[in-house]
Amino acid sequence: MPELAATHHGPLAHHFETLEQQKDTCTLGMWAFLVQEVMFFGGLFACYIVYRFLYPAAFLEGAHHLSPAWGTFNTVVLIGSSLTMALSVRAAQLGRRRGTAGFILATMALACVFLGVKWIEYGHKFEDGLIPGVAWHPEPGAAHGLRIYFGLYFTMTGMHALHMVVGLVLMVFVALRALRGRYSPDNYIGVEVLGLYWHFVDLVWIFLFPLLYLLGRH
Amino acid sequence: MTTSARSSYLDAEPREDNYLAAGYGIKSWLLTVDHKRIALLYLISLTAFFTVGGLFAVLVRLELLTPQGDLFQSEIYNRLFTMHGTFMVFFFLLPSVPAVFGNFLLPLMLGARDVAFPKLNLLSWYLYVAGGLLSFVAMLAGGVDTGWTFYAPYSSTYANSQVIVSALGIFVAGFSSILTGVNFIATIHKMRAPGLTWFRLPLFVWAHYATSLIMVLGTPVVAVTIVLVAIERLFHVGVFDPALGGDPVLFQHLFWFYSHPAVYIMILPAMGIMSELIAAFSRKRVFGYPVVAISSLAIAVLGFLVWGHHMFVSGQSVFAGFVFSLLSMLVAVPSAIKVFNWTATLYRGSLSFRTPMLYALGFIGLFTIGGLTGVFLASLAVDVHVHDTYFVVAHFHYVMVGGVVMAYMGGLHFWWPKFFGRMYPENVARTAAVLIFAGFNLTFFPQFLLGYLGMPRRYHAYPEEFQVLNVLSTAGASVLGLGFLLPLCYLAWSLKYGRKVGPNPWHAAGLEWTTTSPPPKHNFDAIPTVEHGAYAYAELDAEEVAHA
Amino acid sequence: MKSHVLPLRVYLQVFAALMTLTAVTTGIAFVDLGAWNTVVALTIALVKVVVVVLWFMHVKYSPRLIWVAALASLYWLLILFGFLMSDYVTRVPVEGWAPPIAW
Repeated sequence: MPELAATHHGPLAHHFETLEQQKDTCTLGMWAFLVQEVMFFGGLFACYIVYRFLYPAAFLEGAHHLSPAWGTFNTVVLIGSSLTMALSVRAAQLGRRRGTAGFILATMALACVFLGVKWIEYGHKFEDGLIPGVAWHPEPGAAHGLRIYFGLYFTMTGMHALHMVVGLVLMVFVALRALRGRYSPDNYIGVEVLGLYWHFVDLVWIFLFPLLYLLGRH
Repeated sequence: MTTSARSSYLDAEPREDNYLAAGYGIKSWLLTVDHKRIALLYLISLTAFFTVGGLFAVLVRLELLTPQGDLFQSEIYNRLFTMHGTFMVFFFLLPSVPAVFGNFLLPLMLGARDVAFPKLNLLSWYLYVAGGLLSFVAMLAGGVDTGWTFYAPYSSTYANSQVIVSALGIFVAGFSSILTGVNFIATIHKMRAPGLTWFRLPLFVWAHYATSLIMVLGTPVVAVTIVLVAIERLFHVGVFDPALGGDPVLFQHLFWFYSHPAVYIMILPAMGIMSELIAAFSRKRVFGYPVVAISSLAIAVLGFLVWGHHMFVSGQSVFAGFVFSLLSMLVAVPSAIKVFNWTATLYRGSLSFRTPMLYALGFIGLFTIGGLTGVFLASLAVDVHVHDTYFVVAHFHYVMVGGVVMAYMGGLHFWWPKFFGRMYPENVARTAAVLIFAGFNLTFFPQFLLGYLGMPRRYHAYPEEFQVLNVLSTAGASVLGLGFLLPLCYLAWSLKYGRKVGPNPWHAAGLEWTTTSPPPKHNFDAIPTVEHGAYAYAELDAEEVAHA
Repeated sequence: MKSHVLPLRVYLQVFAALMTLTAVTTGIAFVDLGAWNTVVALTIALVKVVVVVLWFMHVKYSPRLIWVAALASLYWLLILFGFLMSDYVTRVPVEGWAPPIAW
């Protein structure tokens, strides 16, 4: 493995010996970060499991207030954005500057569509009076625990949306760096690491979607 | 342990490119990415928060001199012990050893130039300070009265104090902890010098690795719990409020899922320091090295399976209580193994009773008491009697102060000459160590008795018959406080007037002792190649005889 | 330093698989399978997660340490869920007490 001299302006940071060490370290670092993200959302899923166990009727009723059409649409959009992100990483691996940036922009567009749909959905909940603490007037005879269901719905999808917004901000940075030629087949770890983060965001939704929208549908 | 470039023991002149001299002015410190400088930034802020926490302790002990609640009203007293606990746990104990010693020493012990992500390291410090400032602001605005454990539904619904701001401070500091954990995991896996295999690593490194796993796996759960408490306060969702169908015990589950492993975040790095001190001042390799190394991982894993032992009387099912009690017995085993191995290391060692060794010996005794009383508490039936009494308070102070703080002080004295190139004054330091040990025991041993006799914790008034023990405890606290003041003074003094030292004043084994004191900014002129395991004291002594 | 560049075809196949699974999971939600609805939905979600992790996140081509990290997070999640629920499913209702229904 040829040793690359550490230069102030080169891609190799001063405390690493080789680009490969740098890449492996950054990948491991991002995965360690994702492990904590799993546990962060895990805490919310734990609450979901507990309250679903305690108030099954409320969870069935709550799911009926959500639109499986919008949910499925958003799932398709988000998985699509995972595809474009993966293709962006691939473009970086192949040294394609504009491909890298272009696919990131596509990812951003899809992410914005997703968030737009969530905005629409949240708007509907506001009209229906199903936002605890903000606008809460469900129909009389609502199942016990419905308030908790919607509290969890907004907390979980809200946290997820927040992570998407952070992802969007990071994408701006990475896209700009890509356009400036900061990435190459030997040094594309920045794009790879962003991709890992974004795929994680997709993974959370892959579980959120059936748990919130689909269970009890029939 | 041989290296390709070694400074001579006789070289007492510090290099000009040492990390302290590399750039002056506040910007070179506040914008540094040098792990050694970041460690010192932490040292300063940790000392500040420890002082704040200590002042609250003084106020608590003053109130408890008399049986009546006459110094403070109960609502104020609630804020005092909450702020004491919050500042001590989240802004001192949790970061202390990893942030100061982990940051400074891990790259040196690994033969690396810095941690894996130096800028992230600086961010960790800023997040920690921001979190601390948020909590400080919350304190100035009236503080919190929920106890450091901020149980729901009091914290989430009924408290009228600065819960959200304070909790936000803890959230931000938690993020600091997570990033440090990420940094250390990557560093230890990927930045070891050639030849430095896992089983050649100092036990300090193993301990910090295990700690980092806990930081990454546990902290996010308390983070999301804090988010839920904030959401509950703002939107009254009901997730912890029984009046809305929620379960307050769910809060306790989520809180303790982190907060129990958190105590292992506090003690494991301290145990790492212990291995280094015991080895250095016995001039022997640590007995049972592989077992001690694996025991750190065992504590990290098992520590996640026992959280319900904080909840025996909370309304948790008896079955769950039984399971958690059983598993808690198990987690005591690896800790005990460490104590046995350190003791075996002392046996037939060439002991020298310098200040770091005094702290280390103190740790062995005090941690044993703290750990054993933990086993008492893990027994379901015993806990029903002593839960929420001063027995628990004494237990955790024995492990946290008698354990973590003693190790922190021992490490501070051991590596002080490495950090600054100056030795502390030995006799004053030994006096302080003895004062701290004596003061500590006088403060907290009576509390075991108080708790067993039935004095509840978090109460500002108590029955007359408990006064003698309380007075003893407060007297002990005064001695303890004096004991802590001494190092504050003489360590600062030593920065200017302490005897200058060379690379290895203790003649200790370890890559960090092969650099100058203070180390150069880039740590090593050439990355060393490691050919021996850790604690090669026999080889070291043989080389010294050859040199003489 | 050469890294493993997956052919475009692989990414598109993975995407197609994910779309299929999404369609299935939505469709099946409207069929009454009783308790099996939950099992099916979660299984499909798990398969989708595995597919994304292995190919989109390149874990299939990553060193073993990355596999360990991914599996460890799953394991710790199971610890959280498992021990948590062990409390709730073993709780015994107290005779003569009912939760205050004010909500």
